Amino acid sequence: MNATLKNTALFGIIALLILYVGFEQSWNSALLIIAMGLISSIMALGVNLQWGFAGLFNVGIMGFVALGGLAAVLVGMPPTEGAFAAGGFGVIGALVLGALTIFATILVMRRMAAGWRRSLVVIVILVAGFFLFRALLDPSVERIEAINPAETGYLGGLGLPVLLAWPVGGLFAAGAAWIIGKTALGLRSDYLAIATLGIAEIIIAVLKNEDWLTRGVKNVIGVPRPVPYEIDLQNSPAFVERAAGFGFNAVEASTLWVKVLYIALFAIVLVVLMWMSQRALHSPWGRMLRAIRDNEVAAEAMGKDVTARHLQVFILGSAICGIAGAMMTTMDSQLTPGTYQPLRFTFLIWVMVIVGGSGNNFGAVLGGFLIWFLWVQVEPMGFWLMNLITSGMDLHSPLRAHLLESASHMRLLTMGLVLLLVLRFSPRGLIPEK
Amino acid sequence: MDLLNALIAFLNYVFVPGVAYGSQLALGALGVTLVYGILRFSNFAHGDTMAMGAMSAVLLTWLFQSWGISLGPLPTALLALPFAIGLTILLLLGTDRVVYRFYREKKAKPVILVIVSLGVTFIYNGITRFIIGADDQNFLDGERFIISAREFKSATGLDEGLSFKTTQGITIVTAIIVVALLFWFLNRTRAGKSMRAYSDNEDLALLSGINPERVVMITWMIVAGLATIAGVLYGLDKTFKPFTYFQLLLPIFASAIVGGLGNPLGAIAGGFVIAFSEVTITYAWKKILVYLMPESLEPSGLVQLLSTDYKFAVSFVILLIVLLFKPTGLFKGQSV
Repeated sequence: MNATLKNTALFGIIALLILYVGFEQSWNSALLIIAMGLISSIMALGVNLQWGFAGLFNVGIMGFVALGGLAAVLVGMPPTEGAFAAGGFGVIGALVLGALTIFATILVMRRMAAGWRRSLVVIVILVAGFFLFRALLDPSVERIEAINPAETGYLGGLGLPVLLAWPVGGLFAAGAAWIIGKTALGLRSDYLAIATLGIAEIIIAVLKNEDWLTRGVKNVIGVPRPVPYEIDLQNSPAFVERAAGFGFNAVEASTLWVKVLYIALFAIVLVVLMWMSQRALHSPWGRMLRAIRDNEVAAEAMGKDVTARHLQVFILGSAICGIAGAMMTTMDSQLTPGTYQPLRFTFLIWVMVIVGGSGNNFGAVLGGFLIWFLWVQVEPMGFWLMNLITSGMDLHSPLRAHLLESASHMRLLTMGLVLLLVLRFSPRGLIPEK
Repeated sequence: MDLLNALIAFLNYVFVPGVAYGSQLALGALGVTLVYGILRFSNFAHGDTMAMGAMSAVLLTWLFQSWGISLGPLPTALLALPFAIGLTILLLLGTDRVVYRFYREKKAKPVILVIVSLGVTFIYNGITRFIIGADDQNFLDGERFIISAREFKSATGLDEGLSFKTTQGITIVTAIIVVALLFWFLNRTRAGKSMRAYSDNEDLALLSGINPERVVMITWMIVAGLATIAGVLYGLDKTFKPFTYFQLLLPIFASAIVGGLGNPLGAIAGGFVIAFSEVTITYAWKKILVYLMPESLEPSGLVQLLSTDYKFAVSFVILLIVLLFKPTGLFKGQSV
């Protein structure tokens, strides 16, 4: 069987699985699986760029995705009335001051000769900068958070079209990736993993605790949509008529139509990114990256700047994750910092890349759909399995209750197992690199 | 000015918790650093190994409690500890046999082993949650305090009380014993010396007839012991919750890297550096400053540099600084 046929068959199987869900469960869940599958595929594409092309191990995908979500809020939400006048300039001033402090520190580190004098100056700059930063930030934050805390209590966004947030999310993630890459690349490969693990935790901590920025765990809800609202569709006679023509009632048709529109938007992004990744893969740049991945020393001997290329691809890959994060928050139309779990947003994406086939963009997309499908369906399967196992037991036995209760933890186990099995027995994945 | 009260407040809120937390981190970082030194990869599963070890101890403690066995003033968990270590040793040796050995024989790149260890992390995490659930579990019994704040106040007549929890005492004592034993083992015994030789120079060690599989086996056994002890001590001191152990990974790795990966002495130093930085930066110093400053200068705010929610940021920033300026760590580690 040739490769094209096999790959088409694999994608066909996914399509069949989704159709099965559509017929057996509901079309709404089938469309939701497609939409989230598209987003997952984009994330997997970003990680594949880092791991498949360059061999960089990023364990902080969650953080970059969350930054994309933040972009959706900052771009799409309307500004909170009075918040900017109350403390906006204070906050921005404080942030600029913080950046200046770090910049001054770097300048001193570069310009002054090493010695106790430099250390002293650096410490003085950092300490003074920190206290000034807090002195400026804290009162402004207090004033912002005092504005109608039950509904707003944060700066709000710019009120721009939310589609703009997608590239902005990519930029945010790229900025964070630049900081991490600058420090951890060029050292041992494990260090990047640990540094990314750290930045992800910190980004989530910031989103959870800086209420002036994201309302923290109070969540931002009602992020504007790029597509029409269901209720508007149901009130539009033309839409109701067309839906009736297809034999749908208006409520069902409106939810389905909104999802279809999202899917179309996501598909456009995926196709564009896919085209760019494919071009990159087959360009001299892509060949250079693979050469570096396969033998760093040889590539360096050929005059390639390994660390600079790594930094480049690390930033690009993270930016793609940021775009996907912004898309996801747009579709959910809410930012809930409490739901960002490393398992869901870091580990799952890794499983997608490894299972799909690292180094192959189509593999990443396949993995994105397949693993997302499993992720959604493992829980009902787990319950079914547990019901089967416990069917012979006494109805009131505590063991039975415990087993049924634990079925929701099956996901962790299954995904870990899938990853280990694929790595062991088919390390090149379902669609291997050519 | 009231130096004595300030000192007691400092001991009570900063020093004692810092030492206890530092000991727990040091034990965790020792495990990570040993795996790194011998098996040459960063073991992401270490946090969840600690969770598995602690879980075995929790379950055994409940079993002993149901049999009516207790250690009097000491927590029953101490009695369960050796058995829990045994279970964790079996777990790690089994994992090595089924998972890691294959990649070792293939001489896979370290980063592959890191990914594999991430997979193991989630399997362990799944098993832990499957068996004991995702909620807090309390398994502390016995005397709560060695010195309670109220007794201290009435005995000394000071305004500030000094409380010293049993768990903190046990943590510190256990950590000292374990570290002493470990260093005795590494420096004095034949097996320990062969481990160090293997870590320093693998080829030379193989040439001089050291059996690598034996070294690896001993390493996993020691790591199991360290992880279980660290996990149980942390669980006793704070609370046992499966997810917190995954979050401990960051400070543990930061400790190991700050000290120099692969260097046991560095891991201990790193543990205390990270623990004290976290505690001092997230502590609200007002309580201590009111005793030290004249009334007119008393601080109005809490004088807290960062809220406790950002304690991970502290270890992360220290990690970044070390990576930027001294990637081999304070004590010379193996790697760049």
